[in-house]
Amino acid sequence: MDDPAAPRTTIAARDLVKRYGEREALRGVSLSARPGELVAVIGPNGAGKTTLLSILAGIQQADEGSVDAPAGIGWVPQQPALYGKLTVEENLTLFARLERCDDVRETVARMLELTDLGERRGDQVSTLSGGNRQRVNIAIGLLAAPEVLLLDEPSSALDPRQRERLWRFILKLAGEGTTVVYATHHIQEADRYASQLIVLADGERVFAGPPRAFEEATGTTGLDFEEAFVEFLHQRGH
Amino acid sequence: MRWLLVKDLRILRRSPLLVSLLVIYPIAIAVLIGFALSRGPDKPEVAFYNGLSEGAEVELGGERIDLAAEGQRLFDAIDPVRVDSRAEAIKKVRDGDVLGALIIPDDLASNLQSTLEPGTVEVFYNAEDPAKRQYVENTIKAQVQSANAALTKRVAEEALQLLDLISSGGDYTFLGQDFDVLGLERAEEILRKARSDLPEDSPEREQLDRVISFGQLARENLAFSDDVLAVVGEPIRVKATPLEGGSTSLNSFAVALAVAVSLMFITLLLAAGTLALEREENAFPRLVRGLVSRTGLLAEKAALATVCSLAVSLLMLAGLGLFVDLDWGRFPAWLAALGAGALAFAALGLAIGALTREVRAASLLAFMLCLPLAFLALVPSGAVAPALYDVIRAVSAAFPFKPALDALDAALNDAGGLGGPLLHLAALVLVFGGLARLALARFAGP
Repeated sequence: MDDPAAPRTTIAARDLVKRYGEREALRGVSLSARPGELVAVIGPNGAGKTTLLSILAGIQQADEGSVDAPAGIGWVPQQPALYGKLTVEENLTLFARLERCDDVRETVARMLELTDLGERRGDQVSTLSGGNRQRVNIAIGLLAAPEVLLLDEPSSALDPRQRERLWRFILKLAGEGTTVVYATHHIQEADRYASQLIVLADGERVFAGPPRAFEEATGTTGLDFEEAFVEFLHQRGH
Repeated sequence: MRWLLVKDLRILRRSPLLVSLLVIYPIAIAVLIGFALSRGPDKPEVAFYNGLSEGAEVELGGERIDLAAEGQRLFDAIDPVRVDSRAEAIKKVRDGDVLGALIIPDDLASNLQSTLEPGTVEVFYNAEDPAKRQYVENTIKAQVQSANAALTKRVAEEALQLLDLISSGGDYTFLGQDFDVLGLERAEEILRKARSDLPEDSPEREQLDRVISFGQLARENLAFSDDVLAVVGEPIRVKATPLEGGSTSLNSFAVALAVAVSLMFITLLLAAGTLALEREENAFPRLVRGLVSRTGLLAEKAALATVCSLAVSLLMLAGLGLFVDLDWGRFPAWLAALGAGALAFAALGLAIGALTREVRAASLLAFMLCLPLAFLALVPSGAVAPALYDVIRAVSAAFPFKPALDALDAALNDAGGLGGPLLHLAALVLVFGGLARLALARFAGP
């Protein structure tokens, strides 16, 4: 029986297994997150980060295990999923209508304000910088005001300045209570912004906990976080 | 689905070059194919030298035949460019001013009159390529044969008059002099009268009886000459009965073909391109994550491609209707054929779009399919080996172009039943639609 005093979880996955033919992409991975929490999923290429997020988003079905998640999860794919020939506002309006938002105009206006793209609302997306496109991409993931936002490599195509702006934006969302689960290759982003770290290697969860606990658990205190991560994987034979 | 349709139309509106090409190119191709089919070459220009003197005639059995008038038959299929000499005619051919030259020699009339040798006309042409050579040869041969047949008929008629003269007697004019020909009938009357004047036991009576019998026999046999000479004049007649296909004229068929080609290009490219665009823009996983079903997405693209191509095809028909007689009373049948054809092409386009990840790849594949499908559907039976023709028929039946063409021909020209092609197209919609749905599920993951 659940403890009523325990903090509420907005998303939880238990013992997820996903196979592609003979290969196991995920091997019994579990995670849970609370409102306003930032969960970073890190790991080397092919570790299963995107597979985990796509199962949480409902795009793929797990072969084993279960996901307990709210109905409307915001999902932001790694590559911006936008129509280049449409303007920023038209993209937002289209997806707001498809999401069946109650007040499309108000929702779009709120997203334009949130992303600080009001002045570019009439620009075709194909003319935007990579950072601005990613902001529109994230805004679309937020149209239905989801309790949980899944971000797959949100800053992979951005320069440091754009990355900084993006993270300010994400932290603002988390501050308003949105649970954010993000996969990243930028280890420093996990160290700096995440309240919880999930480390995957070859489809297996090899660590789960706060970033500071990761250093302590691996005995790599004093090393740069990225060096600690590499050393950790090395110790585990990955 | 409505908002996706609006989105696609907006994207198309913002791609004017693409849309122009999508509409203009297939119409241009369709019109070219239509012209090539419906209009054999116009009358070719042929240099014509007439060596005959003015009013040259041949006299046959007292009947004068105007050679110039008979020669007009040669001009039925050519546009004569009259020249003053044989050399000038040949020069015009060498210079490429005319397709060929037709020379009627000075001695044609005397040769025909003498009947010792046939009249000979000369033909010169440039055989730049086998097709042109065959075309010129066939055209001239056909016209010369036509003229020969006409002359033969005239000769046969004259021969019949002469035989009638021999049988019944009468007046005859030759070289300006009139003759009274006795004829077998009157000769027999004279002989009978002479026989009756002879004594009963006269031995000459038996001789006269033999001559009278010969005259009777000759007249009876000459009575058959009408039929014999009629056969000589036209030994073979043609009775043509089409076993399959309707009675569509080439012009009307060309209209159906032009519309079918346009319909195929526009629908196939639009359906394949717009579906592939969803994946190229990475929007597909986002859309099918609860916003739109995969089947709904396919239906939206099919509707977009069908509506657009239907509109262009109807505009095209309205334009063609200014030049070709179209039965607007059959408009509902047009709509049925166009709609079913467009849906089948859309289903094929969706299968292509679902199998490819990029608009360019989808467009290229769709484009590469279009022309071979059209050409295969037009290969006539007997043009290739029977086994190969069976293969071509099977391939054509597996794709929508041939049934769409049959449906349009039936709808526009009332050629054959419309039901069969519509059912065929409906089956193809299901097959290719199913394939597209399967491909989306199989290949279009995140």
